[in-house]
Amino acid sequence: MDDHGQKLSTQHLQAWFGAHLALKEVSIDIPGNRVTAIIGPSGCGKSTLIRCMNRMHETIPSARAAGAVLLDGRSIYQQDPVQLRRQVGMIFQKPNPFPTMSIIDNVTAGLRLNGLRDRRRLEEIAAQCLQKAALWEEVKDKLRYPGAGLSGGQQQRLCIARALAVNPEVLLMDEPCSALDPISTSKIEELIHELRAHYTIVLVTHNMQQAARASDQTAFMYMGRLVECGETRQVFTTPKAQQTEDYITGRFG
Amino acid sequence: MQWRYHMRKIIDWSMSGAAMMATLCGLIPLILISMHLLRRGISSINLDFFTHMPQPVGEPGGGMANAIIGTCLMVGIATAIALPIGLLGGLYLSEFGERRTGAAVRFAADMLNGIPSIVIGIFVYGFVVVPLGHFSAMAGGIALSIIMMPMILRNTEEMLRLVPHALREAALALGIPYWKTLLRVVLVTARRGIVTGILLALARIAGETAPLLFTALGNQFWSLRLDQPMAALPLQIFTYAISPFEEWQQQAWSGALVLIGIVVILSLLSRWMVRVPQVKTDG
Repeated sequence: MDDHGQKLSTQHLQAWFGAHLALKEVSIDIPGNRVTAIIGPSGCGKSTLIRCMNRMHETIPSARAAGAVLLDGRSIYQQDPVQLRRQVGMIFQKPNPFPTMSIIDNVTAGLRLNGLRDRRRLEEIAAQCLQKAALWEEVKDKLRYPGAGLSGGQQQRLCIARALAVNPEVLLMDEPCSALDPISTSKIEELIHELRAHYTIVLVTHNMQQAARASDQTAFMYMGRLVECGETRQVFTTPKAQQTEDYITGRFG
Repeated sequence: MQWRYHMRKIIDWSMSGAAMMATLCGLIPLILISMHLLRRGISSINLDFFTHMPQPVGEPGGGMANAIIGTCLMVGIATAIALPIGLLGGLYLSEFGERRTGAAVRFAADMLNGIPSIVIGIFVYGFVVVPLGHFSAMAGGIALSIIMMPMILRNTEEMLRLVPHALREAALALGIPYWKTLLRVVLVTARRGIVTGILLALARIAGETAPLLFTALGNQFWSLRLDQPMAALPLQIFTYAISPFEEWQQQAWSGALVLIGIVVILSLLSRWMVRVPQVKTDG
């Protein structure tokens, strides 16, 4: 589990929305069991990049991608996207629990909708995942209550628990804290730190402090290109590219 | 400055007042109709009205059991035809409606929605009644289904479109196949609005008269045969209301009251279904 070899990598990845080229030849390596932060100004393609990693990008009409994305050395474009997404989970910017489902049903949605019916087993998994997502203590007495009744920060941890329930290897987080208050944010960051032991995490963030705090490796993107990628400490203290330095020192973006 | 502030206040007040007046004006017909119907119709509403057959002219009492059952049967037939088509069509439009066929289907449904119901009656007369050689409950149900189908279809589409895109993404990102995402997440999330639309469409067709005139025709006797003419509440009301006999006119008032009652119950039911669930919190 402490293998830090390449879990996920992209090679000359390009992505389009209609005629607009949003990713330009991005090649990045994501090491296993580490947190990789992707930073950059709005519209630089960081969300598009991680949405290519679980093939959510192509669910948008008129969107397409070219180049290679390798998971454990295998091209994800030769795999069934539905299977792939169970291996590569995703957390979205805005917490999006299923409004018609209770807390426990939200957590087990991925399993139930794929045919697992054993109630005992489902409850076990739900409890485990809620514990892993550091939500168990807050919701253990109201598992049958609607998931939408939780606070924003709790909802986001519920979504993390839901993603964990299908037993993924990689977690893609698309600005998971941007809709949350500072306390919820710090809880999620702690959680990211703990989850790192068992999952490979890609964290897209607007917040440079968050990237500095929570990640092992940081990638800086600008205008659809990967400008720089390296150890977080190195990127923030001695960036190689002038653009990176300008961005992290607040000169633009 | 002060003057402007007062002016704004005055405009605010007068606009609110105008909106309130308009609302009242809109409600007045409803209140008048309900009160009038209650006053005229309530006197002969009793158990017999729901369980007995119409009496010949001159004999008091009797009911509209056959018409009530007829309306239920024909609305049932219409629903059985229109519901699957409307639901699946609405799903198609909300999911694949951006294509050219989607625009065509949407346009066709809107046109169909706008066709006067008597035209639909004549159409079914020509296509079902004439070839089969007689009026029938089946033809009545088909005519009603043609009115119902585009209503359900467009409403289903609108309700499905209201489901936030984020929920589809959430489901897809969990490795749930597209079709299951549609059935188990999107449809389920929109179900309240869809059910409301269905109930409102039911209420609407339950009161349709014109399309039944040329299809189900009406029947003074007890009949459950779908290939024979059948009574229906709106038809019975129509026949009785234009008759010269006082007892029949009285029955027509009561029939109208029952019909309104059915519509009110369906509306309340739909309201109840879309009620916002109380989110429980324990402090």
